[in-house]
Amino acid sequence: MANIELKQVEKKFGETFAVKPLDMSVQSGEFIVFLGPSGCGKTTTLRMISGLEAVTDGAILLDGRDVTWLHPSERDIAFVFQFFALYSHMSARENIAFPLQAAGLKRDQIRQQVAQVATMLRIDHLLDRRPGSLSGGDQQRIALARALVRRPAAFLMDEPLGALDAEFRESMRAEIKRLHIDQGATTVYVTHDQIEAMAMGDRIVIMSAAVVQQIGTPAEVYYDPANLFVARFIGSPGMNLLDGVYKAGAVHLPGGGAYTVPDDWRRVLDAPGALPADNAIVLGFRPEAVRVTRPGNDSPGELGAAVYADDLHGGYSMLHLQLADGVIVHGRAAREARHAIHSVLRFDLDPTLVRFFNPQTERAIGRDS
Amino acid sequence: MSDVRLENVVKRFGEHAALDDISLTIKDQEFFVLLGPTGAGKTTTLRVIAGLEKHEAGHVYLDGALMDGTQPADRDVAFVFQQYSLYPSMSVYDNMAFPLRSPLRRIPEDEIKRRIATAAEKLRITHLLERKTARLSGGEMQRVSIGRAIVRAPRVFLMDEPLSNLDAKLRESLRVELKHLQKTQGSTTLFVTHDQIEALTMADRIAVLDDGRIVQVGTPFDIYDRPATTFVAQLVGAPRINLVVAARTSADGGGWRTRDGSLIFAGHSDGSPLPPEVTVGIRPEDIRLGEGAFLGDLILVEPLGVETILHFKVGGDTLLCIVPGVARYKVGERIAFGLAVERLHYFDLDGRRV
Repeated sequence: MANIELKQVEKKFGETFAVKPLDMSVQSGEFIVFLGPSGCGKTTTLRMISGLEAVTDGAILLDGRDVTWLHPSERDIAFVFQFFALYSHMSARENIAFPLQAAGLKRDQIRQQVAQVATMLRIDHLLDRRPGSLSGGDQQRIALARALVRRPAAFLMDEPLGALDAEFRESMRAEIKRLHIDQGATTVYVTHDQIEAMAMGDRIVIMSAAVVQQIGTPAEVYYDPANLFVARFIGSPGMNLLDGVYKAGAVHLPGGGAYTVPDDWRRVLDAPGALPADNAIVLGFRPEAVRVTRPGNDSPGELGAAVYADDLHGGYSMLHLQLADGVIVHGRAAREARHAIHSVLRFDLDPTLVRFFNPQTERAIGRDS
Repeated sequence: MSDVRLENVVKRFGEHAALDDISLTIKDQEFFVLLGPTGAGKTTTLRVIAGLEKHEAGHVYLDGALMDGTQPADRDVAFVFQQYSLYPSMSVYDNMAFPLRSPLRRIPEDEIKRRIATAAEKLRITHLLERKTARLSGGEMQRVSIGRAIVRAPRVFLMDEPLSNLDAKLRESLRVELKHLQKTQGSTTLFVTHDQIEALTMADRIAVLDDGRIVQVGTPFDIYDRPATTFVAQLVGAPRINLVVAARTSADGGGWRTRDGSLIFAGHSDGSPLPPEVTVGIRPEDIRLGEGAFLGDLILVEPLGVETILHFKVGGDTLLCIVPGVARYKVGERIAFGLAVERLHYFDLDGRRV
């Protein structure tokens, strides 16, 4: 168990920032996920924590101890890579035992700890096999076992599931999280997969272009994204984002039609300085906020659209609606509700799920700002 | 009119039957998806239809005409591959015009121009027409590949995992566009994928393939709601369907119980018979939390935003359950739950739906 603190940590390659000055602390026992597209700086950050990459400036503290300039081996952290770097000439057992031997543990201590971790990961029956004869998933389990057996103060994992197929990724994702719940070791995990980040992280650090965009719990980054990048990046599909102009309590859309802003938001948007001078605004809402109105039964529905496509996702349907200006809005619907392509319908938005953004700063407009 | 018919098609590679007696009819204007794991025979089926692969037995018909001996070039089908095979030094326009400029076709340049303009607009690539393809993103390249197929106005589109090299967000949006395009154009399309969500969302009908054989053909609703086997049941739906084994405990109709008795199933509501031992399939959305006859220990919570996946230990089984939005439950809690009994699936021990 350990807490990790990053203080103004930055990394430059030449004149370019790989990571702009970053402050954050990881609580002891926390599962933190660094999430972002490739090249955003997430792996570089992880490598700086591990000591594999030197910081350009700033400090890294492990349990209050400054480890910024310590060698990786002196930091008491274990690293799991995407590409399971197993020794092919050794059995799975020897691979797992290797770090313990290197640390000079006694033979029966090693045997006991290997057996324990093998049971936990359900790989007992694989211990005498060579890595080359194992499936990708089993190899990854062995690599995980080798990292776990050290019982380090913290785990750093760099896309450990990236090379696995979708189905296996899901089950390994659950296994890693279960292990974390059982062991409680501080874990810093890097991925580009937002679903993985949401499912695993106690908190998620979302990065783009070397800058932290938002740090928050899965619910925070999903429901209250800090900016347009996070709104788009989180969710599948991402948040619906409609450009419009705010005037007299409503967002007017370019193709005609207007959305009446809920009262509590109106106070916020009417405040001076909330929006750029031209009152440009972005209306954001998640697919589950869309409520298609049934003619005759409900209110007429504020917004109109034509059905672009309508598809079954298994337990629910997704309705893709084209607005007058061509923009497509994605809405979740009951699986039984079928709509023909090009049919015209009206919809409302769940007022608790609408969000607003300033298109100039790209930042979310806070309800309490 | 363009339909495709396969009759008892067999294709062997050495001793291995890649296609083992495949019969299929793809209707005019249908979006038909071949779904299955790697090695199931999906791509081989496409290649046999295109004439790129010679089958040993059975027949292939296009529009009712026997194609068995017909050269690929004379079948009038368009292939879109996973790897975009575009000419990097040519502009998007010239790439799309290329198949039309073939001396066999003799299509006048103004007709070519008209077709490209229409296709480009549908695919939203009009602004890219003058650009060299080497300078396009993956999503743009795949749109151009599809555009090159569209301008030919072939009888049938054969698409082999065209979206699988794209990142998740792009795949999602192209999926929707492709479906819209197919529906508005009415082009007969045969689409191969191993991705269940592509199959469910785009298909009019799906054929599930496994090891060179067809396991089930049906609409996405058929496949999801009435899977013919446990293989099909597990292939569609994310997270996967829960499968538990249950056995009849007494002859007097006490229901089917899991080994430790943690779950009890009453069988079909219409009383139609079930074997003494069954595998019961429970979709994650068919578990109703909060009240019910069963108890589960929550071992894992995966919040995905729009919904939350909960993992329960129920006796010796682990069940995954999905609930909308944020779940207020914590790991370690014991939670009562019920099942949507009318939506349970029963299979015999060979995995066949009963």
